[in-house]
Amino acid sequence: MTSMKIVVAGGFGVGKTAFVVSVSEITPLTTEAQMTVASTDVDDLSHVPDKSTTTVAMDFGRITLEKDLVLYLFGTPGQHRFWFMWDDLIQGAIGAVVLVDTRRLADSFPAVDYFEASGLPFVIGINGFHGQFPHRSKDVSDALAISPDVPVIPCDARNRESTKATLVTLVEHAMSVQAVGRH
Amino acid sequence: MAGPGRGDGRPLPPGPAPRSWDNRPGAWEERSGSWSPGSGPSWESRSGSWDSAQSRRGMQRPGEDEAVGRLVRPYTVTGGRTQPRYQLQVEALVTATVYEPRDLSVLAPECQAILQFCRDWRSVAEISAVLRLPLGVARILIADMGADGLVRIHQREDAEGRPDRNLLERVLSGLRKI
Repeated sequence: MTSMKIVVAGGFGVGKTAFVVSVSEITPLTTEAQMTVASTDVDDLSHVPDKSTTTVAMDFGRITLEKDLVLYLFGTPGQHRFWFMWDDLIQGAIGAVVLVDTRRLADSFPAVDYFEASGLPFVIGINGFHGQFPHRSKDVSDALAISPDVPVIPCDARNRESTKATLVTLVEHAMSVQAVGRH
Repeated sequence: MAGPGRGDGRPLPPGPAPRSWDNRPGAWEERSGSWSPGSGPSWESRSGSWDSAQSRRGMQRPGEDEAVGRLVRPYTVTGGRTQPRYQLQVEALVTATVYEPRDLSVLAPECQAILQFCRDWRSVAEISAVLRLPLGVARILIADMGADGLVRIHQREDAEGRPDRNLLERVLSGLRKI
């Protein structure tokens, strides 16, 4: 038995859960990790006095690809303060899908910064709400100031075929990054 | 060894000890006061997904008939340790090696629940979610159970920290087929 994982990241409400739901063979589950103030350096729990621990939830789904090969999709909390979870999550991951809402592009900056810095292969999925994709991929790529090698594709997070296509693009990208890295 | 008491950082004693987990959604959060479900759109929690997942898979919800609340803090069952013996990935797969238990009553209820649940391959994340154990606690217990030979753990050891090309090709062709 072998298991693999892909991380689905992005700002709050951008469609991470919908993305996981659309392609998962199980109703997505939620796992909880407890975070204490002591375990974080840059957290800003200070605005919540007397709060020593908090719980962060992570949604995930599963796709059985072969009899002995399972793929897990993990939707991660998008805020800066949950980076400690990302460090853990990206270990051994194939890569990440960063979902962006072009109306709130800045919400995706932390995720983009993080994956660039960590070297994890990632693709940008522009989640079109109501099937509308008012921005061209090139414009989004420029606005995010990412390498032109990073695929930027429209993605309807609620549509299974669309999310599948996004995952395929990510795996292809991860393979090409790996091939380049060898030379 | 003296019999452990509640809150002294050791596993629960066997027998009629109170169960240290509770399956009511939000039960732990109520006690710890750290988070209340539905308190705001902070991280897209789907607390309602568990039940439907259960019914779809036809699994028994452990301890369903117990009305007791969670009486100990979650890290009590790990003996107060917050770090596992070795780092388990969230997607690492776990299966019970002990189907017809010897005397499982010596195990903490959480470990018994893990054995029950892992009659088929389950990921660390699924164990945490379905048994409602915080991820950190589940990891410690599973690593311990692996060391004790109670469960078998399948975790990839990637040469350069990334999956190898052969595996990526299998994922790609699998995704194209589903």
